[in-house]
Amino acid sequence: MADAKKYPAPQGNPETAAFWEAARQGKLLIKRCTSCGEAHYFPRSICPFCFSDKTVWEESAGEGEIYTFSLMRKSATGPYAIGYVTLKEGPSLQTNFVDCDMDSLKIGQKVKVVFKPTDGAPLPFFTVA
Amino acid sequence: MTIKGKAYIAGIYEHPTRHAPDKSTAQLHAEVAKGALEDAGLTKADIDGYFCAGDAPGGVMAMVDYLGLKVRHFDSTDTGGCSYLVHLGHAAEAIAAGKCSIALITLAGKPRTGAMPPRASGAEVDFEAAYGATTHNVYGMCAMRHMHEFGTTSEQLAWIKVAASHHAQYNEHAMLRDVVTVEDVLNSPMISDPLHRMDCCVVTDGGGALIVTTQEIARSLNKPLVRMIGHGEAMKGPRGGKDLNLTYSAGVWSGPRAFEEAGVTPKDIKYASIYDSFTITVLMQLEDLGFCKKGEGGKFVADGNLISGVGKLPFNTDGGGLCSNHPVNRGGMTKIIEAVRQLRGQAHPKVQVRNCDLAIAHGTGGLLGVRHAASTCILERV
Repeated sequence: MADAKKYPAPQGNPETAAFWEAARQGKLLIKRCTSCGEAHYFPRSICPFCFSDKTVWEESAGEGEIYTFSLMRKSATGPYAIGYVTLKEGPSLQTNFVDCDMDSLKIGQKVKVVFKPTDGAPLPFFTVA
Repeated sequence: MTIKGKAYIAGIYEHPTRHAPDKSTAQLHAEVAKGALEDAGLTKADIDGYFCAGDAPGGVMAMVDYLGLKVRHFDSTDTGGCSYLVHLGHAAEAIAAGKCSIALITLAGKPRTGAMPPRASGAEVDFEAAYGATTHNVYGMCAMRHMHEFGTTSEQLAWIKVAASHHAQYNEHAMLRDVVTVEDVLNSPMISDPLHRMDCCVVTDGGGALIVTTQEIARSLNKPLVRMIGHGEAMKGPRGGKDLNLTYSAGVWSGPRAFEEAGVTPKDIKYASIYDSFTITVLMQLEDLGFCKKGEGGKFVADGNLISGVGKLPFNTDGGGLCSNHPVNRGGMTKIIEAVRQLRGQAHPKVQVRNCDLAIAHGTGGLLGVRHAASTCILERV
């Protein structure tokens, strides 16, 4: 069962510590570059687009839509749905779709973030909005 | 500076095994090296350049020592399954620059005997590792989006496997030799939507090797002459998640570079070795390389268009990774080997392309829907 699944605890590092601190508060952070204005995910200290070091944390609404997905029919922990979500703020990220009917997922479907516990900071997943 | 016409593939060897529980991985590397040297008519002492990737136990230093080589040039670039297509391009560069004159490239391993060690992860690890990306579901995500945007169907993808199976029936070493139908593919179990079991390649132990050399040495060896005339390489990833597009690969950059250097176009190609980890891999690469327009790959591969003697673009006439061999889960090496067989006129007579004087060997490595590299090699019979 997806919910019984044990997820690996993020190891964290100085560059991403603020992300995991926010995750503990149930907040999904992205990074935005104040030089070129572009948002990105996963977070880097230097913008992957313009290479400026003027990147700042921004709270995402945690809402977006399914860009694509694939339902893995069998695994040691049962079926699971991997996919990419395009956030309202722009960046797309890799995730799993949980707590929903995996057989009826559709590209374009609205989804929202949900955090799942680990032995460390919680991890962001998405469920049908 | 160009590599055009500077490097010749003088030796090829594909290990006949598909299951090797009784051999070590290093031993398989040595066996394929020996096979390629014998094919070229050279000896180990002649080798002055060596190329290997992540499948080589202990890396390039351990392999050079184990094989007993004395080299003045080496390269252990690892870009997954297309590493050997990258190595071929880099070997051509080294030969063109005079850094070595006889290069050996090896691939070998045993994923059928035992699980492969996990890939090393990068800065993305905390943000992706928990989501269970595997080859199946990552290529599945590409296929799902391609279907959504272009109306590509499972039937069209199935034709790629059908074509591979038509070729594999003549390859005595192929792991799967039965000819299959579109219905067989659609009726095989769903692995990761929308990819069925028969959309996936085989898992095999084994390996292969190449000898790459100068024009002067190649001409002295009394072998059919096959040379590199173009090479391109490129990488693609989600890159911060901006404008994510899983319907094309880095082949859109490596392909044109290779064609431009070679001075030929996709229309000129007589035979194509296209990496076939999954059926969708082939379809996307054919579009990206310009054999058809983006989104029209489904129509292009349907109705046997990839079957030698039937369609317009004979592909993977050894049966490819889908039916014959996918040693170490890395298909780039066998793509080059079958292209050289075709150019030499040494493919199986039932699948040999007539007057095959120009071929492409192309592949991607890594995970197509996440981070991957692509390498395109254009080869010519002289």
